[in-house]
Amino acid sequence: MTTLASPPSRSGPAPTLEREELLRYGRHLLLPEVAIDGQRKLKAARVLIVGAGGLGSPAALYLAAAGVGTLGLVDFDIVEITNLQRQLLHGTRDVGRLKLDSARDRLHDANPNVKLELHATRLTSANALTIIREYDLVLDGTDNFATRYLVNDACVLLGKPNVYGSIFRFDGQASVFAAVDGPCYRCIYPEPPPPGLVPSCAEGGVLGVLPGLVGTLQATEAIKLILGIGTPLIGRLLLVNTLDAQFRSVKVRRNPLCPACGTRELRELADYEQFCAGSGGEAAGLDAVPQIEPRELAIRRASGEAIQVIDVREPHEWEIGRIDGARLIPLHRLGGVIQELDANAAIAVYCKGGTRSALAVRDLQNAGFRRVWSVSGGILRWSREVDASVPEY
Amino acid sequence: MSLTITLPSILARLADGNRALDASGATVAEAVADVTRRFPSLAPRLVDERGEPYPFVTYYLNDEDIRFAGGFGAAVRDGDELTIVSAVAGG
Repeated sequence: MTTLASPPSRSGPAPTLEREELLRYGRHLLLPEVAIDGQRKLKAARVLIVGAGGLGSPAALYLAAAGVGTLGLVDFDIVEITNLQRQLLHGTRDVGRLKLDSARDRLHDANPNVKLELHATRLTSANALTIIREYDLVLDGTDNFATRYLVNDACVLLGKPNVYGSIFRFDGQASVFAAVDGPCYRCIYPEPPPPGLVPSCAEGGVLGVLPGLVGTLQATEAIKLILGIGTPLIGRLLLVNTLDAQFRSVKVRRNPLCPACGTRELRELADYEQFCAGSGGEAAGLDAVPQIEPRELAIRRASGEAIQVIDVREPHEWEIGRIDGARLIPLHRLGGVIQELDANAAIAVYCKGGTRSALAVRDLQNAGFRRVWSVSGGILRWSREVDASVPEY
Repeated sequence: MSLTITLPSILARLADGNRALDASGATVAEAVADVTRRFPSLAPRLVDERGEPYPFVTYYLNDEDIRFAGGFGAAVRDGDELTIVSAVAGG
């Protein structure tokens, strides 16, 4: 079953395999489902990977090793040490380099036959169609909702399969969207959660091997689509639960009212930052929450001003490091103790990066507290600007 | 009717760490209300202020998306499994 709208051979006959390639791909050539014809399809294929991070790392490595002829990579980040727990394209010596530079070195070593096309840019509504148009399929390894909707809509508009994966903590999801007659991302999630409601991996954590599993599943689906073998994850959402070692899939139906793939009223790319900024829900309006700069908080406390400091992180984060004199009240427990707090007190609330503390401040304001602030940038910024003895994580 | 509700890890901590919850009710809405009664902090993550499902949380009754099978009014039977999947964006 071939599900690519435009098969890799579109630009003419599939390329032949050199002697070194016959040897390199020998274990593929032994599989009748791949064989020489399949390996030539892989060589002719052009796959775009959006994001050279947790999902993009194993996907790019396996697709390169498998002999996909052209790999496009879109990323604009630099390698940080916190990436190395899961992003295997990058090593310790790459910290501070562009991810695309370390990816190029690693992938070239994995398979020098692969042509790499590096797009050192953020994927936007202005460039997505131009970039994606040049590829047979897209592998979504992004880390935010706005880019996921952008990738989805661009793939639907261009008729390119979108091999989807996403991860959080111990759970992963994978599917193939925008295939011929298949559903799209919007069919499952018509709208994104409001900002701050679903934490990012930077805020909520992720098991390092999880993107290894899910990114490898995405690479597997990409190869199946290129070869036209097996049963692709079209119309199914695969749920990966690493804690209980369970894989299961649920059915995904094409929504006839979906503005992207159903009614097709979505005819051009939108403003995805605005789409994901939200107009309601638990996290709406967080921008308006009063903030206090870490340095200002330190100066005012040092001058003797009575400001209570509340840490709304989890106890295991508190163990890593904390602001001296703070009281730990995890965000989900705040509602239960809010009556015990002095509504007339000056209170500064912090978390890791500033999202949970903003939610907490808004809850406090709604409960009648008037002198409350969220510590801007959280304990990470406190560590950088006030007290370097507090470790970053 | 007695059924099992499966939560993603992002929501399990709001249910004392349980990923699988026993619930009862004649419809999906009643089953969801049963667990939000026992775990009130789950409520704002499962349903909006009108008690309706969010567009970024999907309910699968025995692997079928309830949006195509009667929504929150869908009838449940003994032994059914309701899987709740929340949109996540990590990569």
